Amino acid sequence: MMKGFLQESLFLSGVLLAAGFSLAPFLWFILCALKTPAEVTAIPLQLLPSFSLESFRLAIERYGILHYLGNSIIVAGITTFVSISLGTFAGYALARLPRRPAKIILMAVLACAMFPHIAIAGPIWDFLRFMGWLNAYQGLILPYVALTLPLTIWILTLFFREMPEELEAAALVDGCTRIGSLQHVILPLSAPGLFTAAILSFIYAWNEFFLALLIMTDPAKQTMPVGIALFQGEYTIPWGEIAAASFITTAPLVLLVLLFQRRIVTGLSAGAIKG
Amino acid sequence: MTRKDNIFFLILLAPALFILLLFIAVPIGQSLFLSFHRLILSLPQLGSPFLGLENYKDLLHDPVARHSLWITLIFVCAATFFELLIGVLLALLMHHHFPGRGMLRACVLIPWAVPTVVSAQMWRFLLNDAYGMVNYVIFGAHTTEYIPWLALPSTALLSLIVADVWKTSSFAALLILAGLQVIPEELYLASRVDGAGVWQRFWRITWPLIRPALMVALLFRTIDAFRVFDLAFVMTQGGPADATNVLQFYGYKKMFVEGWMGYGSAISVCIFVMVLILAVFYVRMVGHRLLEASG
Amino acid sequence: MASLELKKISKCFGNERILSRVDLQVKEGEFCVLLGPSGCGKSTLLQIVAGLIRQDEGSVLLNGRPVDRATPRERDIAMVFQGYALYPHMTVAQNLGFGLRMRGMARDGIKKQVTEIATRLGIETLLKRKPRELSGGQRQRVAMGRALVRSPMLFLLDEPLSNLDAQLRINVRLELKRLHQQMKGTILYVTHDQVEAMTLGDKVVVMKRGEVRQIGRPSIIYDRPADTFVATFIGSPAMNLFRGELTQKEGRLTFHTADFLLNSGDVPSELAGAPVEVGIRPEDITIARDAGNAGDLLMARVDIISNVGAEKFLHTMVGNTGITVRSEKGASFQTGDTIPLIIDPASLHIFHKGRRV
Repeated sequence: MMKGFLQESLFLSGVLLAAGFSLAPFLWFILCALKTPAEVTAIPLQLLPSFSLESFRLAIERYGILHYLGNSIIVAGITTFVSISLGTFAGYALARLPRRPAKIILMAVLACAMFPHIAIAGPIWDFLRFMGWLNAYQGLILPYVALTLPLTIWILTLFFREMPEELEAAALVDGCTRIGSLQHVILPLSAPGLFTAAILSFIYAWNEFFLALLIMTDPAKQTMPVGIALFQGEYTIPWGEIAAASFITTAPLVLLVLLFQRRIVTGLSAGAIKG
Repeated sequence: MTRKDNIFFLILLAPALFILLLFIAVPIGQSLFLSFHRLILSLPQLGSPFLGLENYKDLLHDPVARHSLWITLIFVCAATFFELLIGVLLALLMHHHFPGRGMLRACVLIPWAVPTVVSAQMWRFLLNDAYGMVNYVIFGAHTTEYIPWLALPSTALLSLIVADVWKTSSFAALLILAGLQVIPEELYLASRVDGAGVWQRFWRITWPLIRPALMVALLFRTIDAFRVFDLAFVMTQGGPADATNVLQFYGYKKMFVEGWMGYGSAISVCIFVMVLILAVFYVRMVGHRLLEASG
Repeated sequence: MASLELKKISKCFGNERILSRVDLQVKEGEFCVLLGPSGCGKSTLLQIVAGLIRQDEGSVLLNGRPVDRATPRERDIAMVFQGYALYPHMTVAQNLGFGLRMRGMARDGIKKQVTEIATRLGIETLLKRKPRELSGGQRQRVAMGRALVRSPMLFLLDEPLSNLDAQLRINVRLELKRLHQQMKGTILYVTHDQVEAMTLGDKVVVMKRGEVRQIGRPSIIYDRPADTFVATFIGSPAMNLFRGELTQKEGRLTFHTADFLLNSGDVPSELAGAPVEVGIRPEDITIARDAGNAGDLLMARVDIISNVGAEKFLHTMVGNTGITVRSEKGASFQTGDTIPLIIDPASLHIFHKGRRV
């Protein structure tokens, strides 16, 4: 009896600890966005904010956080779209090619995901400068596509492998060309896999900092991570505005993750289970 | 499949492979090439003479580089260890069926969803020496005892580790949770009939069966930890006194701040080689399953 | 409707030889069954005819024209798959109409033909449902409907009944036969079930390990099997097969094993002294009323009795050799009884080196 109670309370405290550990730091930080600068830096700490929206106003008007957000949306959005398109074709091909060559290609693709960004940043920067694509959206989108492709390809290849080949055979016999069978049968049925790959690609592109820092030096084109990292105040660190900016740029992502948590977990674990 | 089909598949594969080639494979080759030359951007008059392995020799003797490697190794080991430990605990909690399980899962996913630079700024704020929450929690109102976490060489690296652990434990937890969910419920029921207690059930059933998932998590986390950059840039800029001058940050400084392209490339090649060795090592140990899955 | 001809079709997967020089002709309107155990290559052969797999050697001809380079779409064939392969994201109506849609038929034309086929197969009430909402039998009909609706030159069916339960299987089998009699399509049908083969086929092709063992009408296959494999594969329970020798005795060739001897009837005399295999079907052995006439009587001890309802099969032993005999359902034999068996030499099948003599 006591043992059961002990276990229960241990479990409960574990859950609370886990939730608190995950949530508390973030919540505390975000609360800053609702405080006045004096309240933020108050010593000893002031727990309750005065719900002032001044920080938000400053973040948007003086620091232009919305346009950083806009850049991030454009870059991450287009990256995701291109990465999924190319990744779908590649994944389908790899799922249907003979095993041996497919395995080699897949391993090579996996290797591409393991390089530190610094190893490719220099030459990429050089190439982009040569093409005149520094500080242009495509200058960031193309490397991002390359960086998200390995994950996309792996998820989709595993997904397409699960699809029974009889379905495609039926489509071919019914009169589809190979492309037709892709269009009418395979793609409609791969929506879940495509979705998971899309979310993971989007999050990756949204988050990326190193290349964004190097390639976009014009503040007009910089993405959100660079904006947040380089937040400068005049005399002191503008925590309120940083927190407000953080909230504005993180909230959509958090919402996305919460809405689709089931899919994300399945997608990530597909790699884990197979591995 | 017919020959015509195979050609069709290769055509489908081509665009993706082309992009990967252009933006990853070729740059790697170029970095390697560059690492054998001297190239200083601010001194173009020196040209780019071939140096052979001299950059690497210099690296070996470079005390900053050696220190950087040491720091990075400490970071990788400590961060990975704690992430996996906490990840396992979180996964065990999330695996249990209880009301509010969905809420716990949502809470745990939030650190993962927060962009790294945001979390870096957040921890910078939390670890502030005057109004940081961490100091408050530890020392209460005794402001004179507050520690300047990010300004002391002894605590700066620790701060980075804490920030990394906070953000990525949930990712590790998700991977391990997936491994947990594959374990058939019947094994536990059978062991309870046999009289096993909680600890025994964990040690004899759970632990051996989540080892594969743990290995995958270990692989990914170790490789990612080696490549840490964002935290060092935002929180400490590599300081104080190189206390958080992790490898990728050091390489960044040398290549893009000081313009030493050749030397910086050598650093990046070293990081890459270390990551590659790690990956090969892991894949050998666990990879036969990965390869099975890929056919 | 088309005629189909296969000339020397061979196929290897890696080091494994799946098909060896298969020759086959199917006339227009004929129902041809490929019969054999799993792994004999029959499904692969079907996929080659469909154009889904390319053969290594040999040629496929439809209506006399080689179609080896043609895609499945160009060959104008329809196929029913073992797992039915219904498109999960489409309704029954869309599944049925898919092939017509791919060939560019107008919307109204598709609707008319789909409704017609659906009515004929009794699934018109299911048109708006999705495959996951259907039972196994219903899905099977949709799969058949999808093939029928296109009126193709050739029908290919890959074990379409194997996923149905026993009673349903018999009903659908009858319906298939009826459909064939009405529509007179050219059909190539794959199965491992010999009852299906015998009841459905105009012509049966028995295959083993990629080779064709015998082609012929069901009655020929049954009454005159070309080798020991066909002999024992067809017929349930299997034909009794004995190994022994032919020897000259009193001017006649007699077959003897370690346990008994038999008059062997008409046998070429070159085989004297040769090791042979002799077979006799359970229903061709008579149980003597009395132990009166000697001659070709074998005394067998009843070991196990299989009562299948309409008849009984007695598994008996003569010495160390087992012989299965059919008896009427009313017979009252018991385990341990000794019964006299009469074997008519004319019913014997004699095989030398596996092939029929």
